[in-house]
Amino acid sequence: MNILIIKTHFDYKAFNLLKKIDFNSYFCEKYLKIFIIYNRKTMGQTIVQKILANAANLPAVKVGDVVEPKVNLAMSHENAALVINQFLEIYKGTGLEPKVWEPGKIAIIFDHRVPAESSKTATNQKKVRNFVTEQNITKFHDIRGDEMGICHQILPESGYVRPGYVVVGTDSHTTSHGALGAFSFGIGATEMASVWTLGTILNVQVPPTIKVVVNGTFNQFVLPKDLILYLIGQLTAEGANFRVIEFHGEAIRNMTTSGRLTICNMTVEAGATSGIVPPDDETLIYLRNTAGVKDEIELINPDPDAEYEKIIEINASELVPQIACPHTVDNVKSIRDVSGIKINQVVLGSCTNGRLDDLEIAAKILKNKKIDKNVRMLVFPASGRIYKEALKAGYLIDLMEAGAVIVNPGCGPCLGIHQGALGDGEIALSTTNRNFKGRMGNPNSEVYLSSPAVAAASAIAGFITDPRELN
Amino acid sequence: MAKVVYKFGDDISTDIIYPGRFMATVLPTETPQYAFADNQDLNSKLVNGQIEKGSIIIAGKNFGCGSSREQAVSTIKGHELVIIAKNFARIFLQNSVNLGLNTITCPDIEAEINDEIVITETKVINKTQGREFDLIPHPPARQAIIDAGGLINYTRKKLMEKI
Ligand code: SF4
Repeated sequence: MNILIIKTHFDYKAFNLLKKIDFNSYFCEKYLKIFIIYNRKTMGQTIVQKILANAANLPAVKVGDVVEPKVNLAMSHENAALVINQFLEIYKGTGLEPKVWEPGKIAIIFDHRVPAESSKTATNQKKVRNFVTEQNITKFHDIRGDEMGICHQILPESGYVRPGYVVVGTDSHTTSHGALGAFSFGIGATEMASVWTLGTILNVQVPPTIKVVVNGTFNQFVLPKDLILYLIGQLTAEGANFRVIEFHGEAIRNMTTSGRLTICNMTVEAGATSGIVPPDDETLIYLRNTAGVKDEIELINPDPDAEYEKIIEINASELVPQIACPHTVDNVKSIRDVSGIKINQVVLGSCTNGRLDDLEIAAKILKNKKIDKNVRMLVFPASGRIYKEALKAGYLIDLMEAGAVIVNPGCGPCLGIHQGALGDGEIALSTTNRNFKGRMGNPNSEVYLSSPAVAAASAIAGFITDPRELN
Repeated sequence: MAKVVYKFGDDISTDIIYPGRFMATVLPTETPQYAFADNQDLNSKLVNGQIEKGSIIIAGKNFGCGSSREQAVSTIKGHELVIIAKNFARIFLQNSVNLGLNTITCPDIEAEINDEIVITETKVINKTQGREFDLIPHPPARQAIIDAGGLINYTRKKLMEKI
């Protein structure tokens, strides 16, 4: 596929003029699509500084500046019930009718407890549904096979996120959407109520950025999950607190959007405000082909002379499978130090690793094999769409025949609310993103985190197993 | 002067403060019953009113890491506890500011259970041990929200200004 990218270094007016020229008709035989990228005159700005400057209508911003950026997309899940409560509080005593600032920019996705596990949840969901109707919120994903999924999968695959967007979500893993070049971060319910009211985020302090450069190529059975676990182990759980992690290097350029979602998803486990991958051809191809975006996409990139707080270099070729051990995500060990640990449950799925390529690699490993009789394996695809694609590709059949249980799309066992809770003293190996005490519904259990390849290989063996040692 | 009633280590996650299985309970008036629910000792003391309002919890680094659930803040706020930590995770800290939970960042804090503490604008004074520790005040952007009495009031003010 040929894509021509024209970069401009002129001012914004020139860029707008350039955009008016119909380049597509000149080059249409040679190129599939032509994109024009506007690079500000370089001012030493990181990608997040540029996004915030644009969103706050400023020529540039410095680290530490306090800005009030406009929000392009505001996402909530079931906790919209609390957001609604706080939103109505804001309007109390004002005499104004509560109205969200722009209903088309709000996304609400039911995923944490679907279908509802209790009457309480069902009543909360009903309240949210009514609000959605009243306020004309269009990006609503209810409990339906044709539209449901985990919020961090629904947003990208539905084309709701674009490079350069400011995205906020009432979920800490909102960091995921940096995979598409957006500045995307988690906020609390009251802060979301404020966004619903004003359309901006109040008092945002421009964060410093850590640049992570990943060169080399991944070896077989070493996946983006291993990279991010390794990085979290290096940085520690608070090492990137209040900071952005910007990803560079050939291993990132060669990574699919799915892999980029995995790594950005987990940057919050190092405390980061957000992870971000400067958008490129892969981003465009994903947005056009997978997310079905038809309108114009603007690419935004950091200045070559951007200032970073620090630069971390990683060689992907040297990485081996990594495991996060109980009970913190930064307790990361190389697989050889933990292989052999007996497990009771394997969980494959979540916003971290529930996409088609994750199911595919697990299905390939498990095809014509049997899951150990002492292991329960739960598979929960990240969205209805992925579920369907995995069905069509035969992955779900392969997984079921090996002994896995396919659970409906959603958060499922990841947060231990209503599916796949662990018994006292049990051990799980999971492709999810958190292993805090009690995470899988029981404080007297242990959760190890790994890639889908390690999870599948271990399900067969009944203990933590390096997939590279499978024959 | 207030007493230290509990001491935590590093990386206390929102799953410990407010376990995920209670997340269907959202209203700030209802969340306090589940504060530190898996820590029966602390939870029962809180729920039975054996801990005075204004009492202090000491924590290490990265208190409140993990999920963005605001219940983790409203549950502590409901008991009017003060958290002094070496530092806080970002979303938890912002939620505290928004809801008016008193969080004090004090990187060198040293205190034990039952120590008597006084908090001034710039220092945490451990009276029992006779030692003082510098605290890191909130930056002006966050202090403005605290001064307004929380984000609900702050946003309401902005909303009225816009009209
Ligand atoms: S899958 Fe797990 S981490 Fe992802 S949004 Fe759901 S609960 Fe959160």
